[in-house]
This record gives sequence, structure tokens and C-alpha cells, in this order.
Amino acid sequence: MAAVPTIGVLALQGDVREHRRALESCGASTESVRRPEELERVDAIVIPGGESTTMWRLARTFELLEPLRKRIEQGMPAYGSCAGMIMLADRISDGAEGQETIGGIDMLVRRNAFGRQVDSFEEDIHVTGLDAPYHAVFIRAPWVESVGGDAEVLGRAESGDAAGRIVAVRQGHLLATSFHPELTGDARIHRLFLDMVKGTQ
Amino acid sequence: MSTATPAQPTATPETGTARVKRGMAEMLKGGVIMDVVTPEQAKIAEDAGAVAVMALERVPADIRAEGGVSRMSDPDMIEGIINAVSIPVMAKARIGHFVEAQVLQALGVDYIDESEVLTPADYENHIDKWAFTVPFVCGATNLGEALRRITEGAAMIRSKGEAGTGDVSNATTHMRRLRQDIRRLGALPEDELFVAAKELQAPYELVKEVATAGKLPVVLFTAGGIATPADAAMMMQLGAEGVFVGSGIFKSGDPAKRAEAIVKATTFYDDPDVIAKVSRGLGEAMVGINVSTLQDSDRLAGRGW
Repeated sequence: MAAVPTIGVLALQGDVREHRRALESCGASTESVRRPEELERVDAIVIPGGESTTMWRLARTFELLEPLRKRIEQGMPAYGSCAGMIMLADRISDGAEGQETIGGIDMLVRRNAFGRQVDSFEEDIHVTGLDAPYHAVFIRAPWVESVGGDAEVLGRAESGDAAGRIVAVRQGHLLATSFHPELTGDARIHRLFLDMVKGTQ
Repeated sequence: MSTATPAQPTATPETGTARVKRGMAEMLKGGVIMDVVTPEQAKIAEDAGAVAVMALERVPADIRAEGGVSRMSDPDMIEGIINAVSIPVMAKARIGHFVEAQVLQALGVDYIDESEVLTPADYENHIDKWAFTVPFVCGATNLGEALRRITEGAAMIRSKGEAGTGDVSNATTHMRRLRQDIRRLGALPEDELFVAAKELQAPYELVKEVATAGKLPVVLFTAGGIATPADAAMMMQLGAEGVFVGSGIFKSGDPAKRAEAIVKATTFYDDPDVIAKVSRGLGEAMVGINVSTLQDSDRLAGRGW
């Protein structure tokens, strides 16, 4: 593995540029990943926000699903926001017919759980490992219904009807959030992930 | 561990902010939004990999052929489409028709297109889009128009093109024009931005923001005449961040296959091998109308100002 890790951002669809910008603001080097050979060249992967059903269909058609599963099983660090969280879940509910994920985190994620776009919201939440509250942006966001033994809950929604719902999870080298840190200019979540990447090297 | 400013504490979740409205459009980037008029079509679009569907009464090609006043879709149809798919559902309201927009918000649509494809309801004012929780996308043919819509609260912009023709030439013109206008602003010295704002008929602060960033403050999609995978890929190469396809899919010989091909070509817009591969065996494209043969009164892009 190279001295400076290269972080891939899955670029099939979604807010790829915002994740790359956030990672680069922390000094990371990034590459977009749309093909199996591009996946081979990166040390870690970020799965952006977007439409999870579109990402799944494209990942399947362009033969990225299996290689992604294999790399993650072999220990490649991965972080997913929103649609990316769905992609990293072992189990999902309210998916499209036949919808598959990459998997890796022992959790059940409910798609669009917070509601439609008129219900999209922002609020401050506490995230384990961060020094101060994090301003989280939720857009037609999923939540985590339940986690299995190895997955650690890092944060929960804190107000409104959904207070207490799990919105940030870590399991070993894998990280997932329901919200979009790439939209806020606060790079602490990306830095947390980059620290995880360094920890595996 | 961080130099980031701590966020302002908020007691309750805030909905309908500019950030969640514009952010929703960021999540659609690199994707294809397809016009649909029935739940069945919506399902075909979702299965093909659309990031969202646009519910409307008639596709633009039929609006052109049939004439008459074109309005917001029937609420039953919109509800049927919302129930048929799990991806976001957009719907069109007439320019200036703020009550159609109120109805669409009440129905739970995820984005409203204040669209020149429908017959305008107000020839002076667009909708005050800040007054809504649901975000809006609006069409534009140049930077001034785009900035006026953003000033009114649009959270996403699309090129107008010439809807319902299957002729991509006007979408090309509008995308190039938007890019030229933005590049030109970036090249101006600061003291000339005041006059530029006057010429663009847009607020100075917004003009300065575009000049500094080199891009619009909201996501820019393309629309109006896209009928083939190559059309979609060309618009992406011209700087579109995603694609609306109207009549191009459901007026073609094999909608499911064409829809899927356009989705793939939008993701691999810079890879001619992929575009060539997905362009094979699609059956007939929509027949289309050459834009240069249209009377001025039949041009939709002139609606809105």
C-alpha cells in the first residue's frame, strides 16, 4: 500500500464532487471509481449520497458489486453517507424490488425512513469521537432500525418524532451516516474516516 | 481534533432550508430524471435506473401535437405515481401558478418544476419559491434568467432546450450560453461586475458569487430535446450535471431499453466505448421535429423571462 492512501469515491451517481472536496480539504488524495480496475487502485472507498437504487443497478451492470464486496471483506475501509449507508448495510427495508447492497455492516437500514423531501431537515447531533455537536443535514434520509453485535452506534437523531433513531454507525473499518457531512463544510466526519484508514495501514 | 466552527445549536429539526433544498438536487447529480404520465411508466423508469421521475399530464410531444391549455397533472395520477415508485417524484406546475404549487406540495411531491412546457398562468411573475418547503427547479436559456430564478428561490436550474421536439440543438445552445456567460463573468475585473449585474438583471451579490465560484450556486441539469444516449452524454460533456428526458423515452420504440441506455450513457458520458455499446439495438428513436421549422409561437423556451 502506498505511503499516502488514495481514497476512491464511487462515481456511478450522486454528490461525488462534494465528497472529493471534503476529503481533499483534509489533505487526502482522491480518485473517482466507476470501473473494477479503478477500484483496484484505491486504498479505501467512499460511497456518496445519491439514489441507492440507481447506484445498485449501475454497480451490478458494470460489474462493481462483487469486487466491492470482496475488497470490503478483505478489509478495505469504506464510508457511506445516506445512499452510501444503504449500500453498506447487510439488510435493508423499503428497498426497490430485488434491491441488493454491498453490505459489510451488520445493520438493518430503512430506506427513506425520515419521509419525503418536505421532511428533509437539519439539526445538531452528538457523534461519538467528535469534540462538539455536529450539524447534520438529512435529505430523504434512511435510518438504522437495528444493529448487530459488532456494529457500534455513533449517533442518533435528537429532536422531533424521530428522536433516538440511529443515524451513525461504525463497524471496524466501516463507517456509515444517514446524513451528509459533505454538504456542510465541516470535515470532522471525513477526518474521522481518514483516521480509520490510517489505522488499518 | 478539528478547526471547523461548531455548528449553531438548534432545538428542533429545521425543514425547507436552502441547504436541504439545494442538497436534494446534489443527490440527483449524474442521474437521469424521466417524464412519466402513468404509474406504469414510472415503474419502467425506476427499473431502468432513473434517479427521479417527473409526473405530468402529457409529455411535451403530445402537448405540442394536441395544443390547448396544459396544466398540472391530476392529483390522483400524481398520487398513483408516488405510490408506484420509491425514488423521488417531481411534478410540473405552470409558471406563476402558486396554487398548483401549493397542491403539489400538499400531495408530497419531492420537487416542483415551474415549467414553460405547461401554459403559463402569469405572464409577469414567477412563483415566490422561498415561500415553500418543497424545492423548485426552473428552466433557463442564459445566466441572467438562471439567476433571476435563483433569486426567486429556485434550488436547481435546467437548460430549457426545446421540449417535445427530440431535437437537441436548443439544449446545446442554452448549455453553451450558460457556460459562456459564467466564464465571461469570471474574466471580468471586480469593478465591472456592477454593470454586469445590471445587464444580467440579477442581484449583484449573486453575480459576484458566480464570478468567484465559476459555477452556479445550485445544481445545473439539462433538458429539452434529449432523445438518445449520445445526446445525454454530449450534454454532460458540455457541463450539465444531470439530464431530464421528456418525450424521448416514452415516445420511442422500446422505452425500457432506451431509458436504461440513457442512464448508462449519463454515468459514462466521457467513455465513447460504453456509449457505443449501449446505443445498439434500441429500436426507433422518437420521430421528432426539427426546431428550425417551428413557428415562434410554438417555441416553449420563450416562455418565462
